[in-house]
Amino acid sequence: MELLIAIAIGALTTAGVYLILRKRSFAVVLGMTMLSYAINLFLVVSGRLVVDQPPILQTGVDRYTDPLPQALVLTAIVISFGMTALVVMMALGAFLEGGDDRIDMPGRDLTGAPRPGPPAQGTAHGTPRQPGDAA
Amino acid sequence: MNHWLIAPVVVPAFVAPLIVLSMRHDLVLQRVVSVAATAAQLAIALALMGLAADGEIHVYRLGNWAAPFGIVLMLDRLAALMLVLAAGLALIVQLYALGSGWDRKGWHFHALWQFQLMGLNGAFLTGDAFNLFVFFEVLLIASYGLMIHGGGEMRLRAGVQYVVYNLAGSTLFLAALGTIYAVTGTLNMADLAVKVAQMPPGDTALLRVGAVLLMLVFAVKTALVPLHFWLPATYARAPGPVAALFAIMTKVGVYAIIRFFTLVFPSDSVMERLAADILLPAALATLVIGQIGVLGSRHLGRVAAFAALASVGTLMIGVAQFRQPGLVAAIWYMIHSTLAAGALFLVVDLIGARRAGGSLWLRPLPPIAQGGIVAALFFAAAIGVAGLPPLSGFPGKLAILQATRQADWALAIWAVILLSSLIAIYGLSRAGSTVFWKAHELGPDPAPQAAPHESQRPLPAKVEPDEDVQDLADSASPALALTATGALVAGMVALAVFGGPVMDYARETARQLVDPAPYVDAVLLRQEGTR
Repeated sequence: MELLIAIAIGALTTAGVYLILRKRSFAVVLGMTMLSYAINLFLVVSGRLVVDQPPILQTGVDRYTDPLPQALVLTAIVISFGMTALVVMMALGAFLEGGDDRIDMPGRDLTGAPRPGPPAQGTAHGTPRQPGDAA
Repeated sequence: MNHWLIAPVVVPAFVAPLIVLSMRHDLVLQRVVSVAATAAQLAIALALMGLAADGEIHVYRLGNWAAPFGIVLMLDRLAALMLVLAAGLALIVQLYALGSGWDRKGWHFHALWQFQLMGLNGAFLTGDAFNLFVFFEVLLIASYGLMIHGGGEMRLRAGVQYVVYNLAGSTLFLAALGTIYAVTGTLNMADLAVKVAQMPPGDTALLRVGAVLLMLVFAVKTALVPLHFWLPATYARAPGPVAALFAIMTKVGVYAIIRFFTLVFPSDSVMERLAADILLPAALATLVIGQIGVLGSRHLGRVAAFAALASVGTLMIGVAQFRQPGLVAAIWYMIHSTLAAGALFLVVDLIGARRAGGSLWLRPLPPIAQGGIVAALFFAAAIGVAGLPPLSGFPGKLAILQATRQADWALAIWAVILLSSLIAIYGLSRAGSTVFWKAHELGPDPAPQAAPHESQRPLPAKVEPDEDVQDLADSASPALALTATGALVAGMVALAVFGGPVMDYARETARQLVDPAPYVDAVLLRQEGTR
C-alpha cells in the first residue's frame, strides 16, 4: 500500500515538473494540475495510512485515522481548483491578446521594440500613435 | 480574549463582497466605502499596536477552541508593526489610485484591494501554519486580479508567469506543511516550537527537509535570488499603484521567515545555523543582482522593480544574522524599504502618465508636465532607495553594517553593501538624468500638450485595454496623486526624524522575537474557559 502510494505520488510529481517546464501555457496548466494532485495525495498520507477506520477519536476505539489531513486536503483541493480556473482564464487572455500561448516573455519586453503585426494596431482605439511610443 | 484582534481580517472580508455585490455600478460609492475601510483598518492597526506595545502577547482563539486544536490569531509587536505598515501603505497608495484614475481602468479594483488587505492582515496575525497558507492564497489570488488590472498584452503575459510561479510556490508550501505535520503531528506554530525542541536529534532529518522546503517557499515570496525570476517582469508590468502595494508583498515572505526561524526553528534547535547559512549568500546575491539590474535596465518600471529586489536583499542580510542587533536593523529597514519602494513605483507611474505615449522606456523624450515636482519626488525616492542621507535608508543601512560587524562574513557583507550602493546611485542618476535632463536638450514637445484637466468627468469605469500606464488626461485629480506620492516620501523623512522611538520599538520587537517562550506560553497555557 505504502509503495503504491509512493509510486503514484512520485509519478505524478515527475509528470508535473516536466510539464511545467514546457513553454506552452496549456502544458504548464496541465503540469500544475498534476503537481497539485500529487500534493493532495501526499497530504492525505501525511497522517499515516490507515484503512477502514473512522476519523473520530472515541472512548473504546483505539484504531482511528487522523482527521486533520483530510480537512487540510479538502481546503487544498478547493484552493487549487480555484487557482487552476484562474490561470486558465489568464492564459486564455494572454493568448487572445498576444496571439500565441508561449509562457515566456517575448524579447521586446526587454528592448521596447514595437510589436510585430498589422500596422493598424495603434489606431484601433482612436488615438494616434505618438513618436517614441513603444507598443 | 480581545475581539479587536480579528477586526483587521473581518473588516475587509465584509467590505469586499459588499462592494462587489451592492455597489458594482457606483464607482463613487465604491471609492468612499473602500477608502473608509482602509482608514478604519489603519486605525484598528494603530490601536492594536498600542495594545501590543506593553510587551504582552495577545491570543485570539477562533471559536474559543483550545489551542493546538483550534486556530489562533496572535498579536505581538512584530505583527502589530506589520499591520500598521500594510494599512498605512495601502491607504496612501489607494489615494494615489483615486487621484491617478487607475481604479477606473477596469472592474473590481476596490474589492480586490480589500481582499488583498484581508490576506495581508491575516498572514501577519495568524499563529497556525496551515492558516498562514490559506491567507497566503487569499492575498495571492487578490494580487493576481490586481496585477492584470487594466489589461494589455504584456501585462497579461507577465501575469501568467506570476501566477504559475506562485502556484508552484503554493504547491511547495503544501509539501512542506505535509512533511512537518507527518513528523510532528501539529501545525500550530507555538505547539510546533515545543514539539521541535523536544525532538530527539536522531529523528530530525525529515523535519529539517520540511524546514528548508518552508524556507524555499518564503524565499519565493521574498524574491530571493535564485527564486526571484517572477519579480522584475511582474512589478514592471503591474499598474503603478498595484506595484507600490506589492512593496509590502515581498515583506510578507520576510515576516514569515522571521516568524518561523525565530519561533519554530530557532538557531539553537534542530536547524542549528542551517537557515542563516542558506539565507546569507542568497541575500548577498539578491542585493548584487538587484543593484546591477537598476543600472542595466532600459525601462523605468524595471529600474524600480530591481531597486525593490535590492532592498529585500539588504533587509535579508539583517534577518540572516538571527541575532538581536541584526533583527533590529532588519525591522527598521523593513519599514524604510516598504516606503521607499512604494514611493519609487508611484513616481515612475507619475512619469509614465506625463510622457508622450505613456512610454516608460529610458530614452530622452520631450519635457513632461509638472516636471519640477515630479523630478523632485524622483530625486527623493531615489535617495531613499539608494540609502543616502538625510532620508531613513541611511540609518537603516548603517544599522545593518553595525549589526554585521562581528559576523562571520563581515568583510564580504560590508563590501557588497557599500559597492552595490554605489552601483545603485549610478544607475538611478542615469535614469533620472535621462528622463529629466536630456529632455531639455530636445526642446519643448512639438505635439499639443495633454488636454487640460476637466473636473466634471463622467465617473463610470472606463476600460481602455492595451495601455501600459494611465494617461494624465484620464487622471481624476493629478494633485491628489502628487500628494500621495509626497506622503510616502514624507514617511521616510518622518522615519528619519523620529528614528529614536522607532528604533526603541524595533529593539523591543527583536527582544520579543529572540525569546519565544512567552509566545508559546501565551498560546498553550492559560486556556481556562476554552472548549
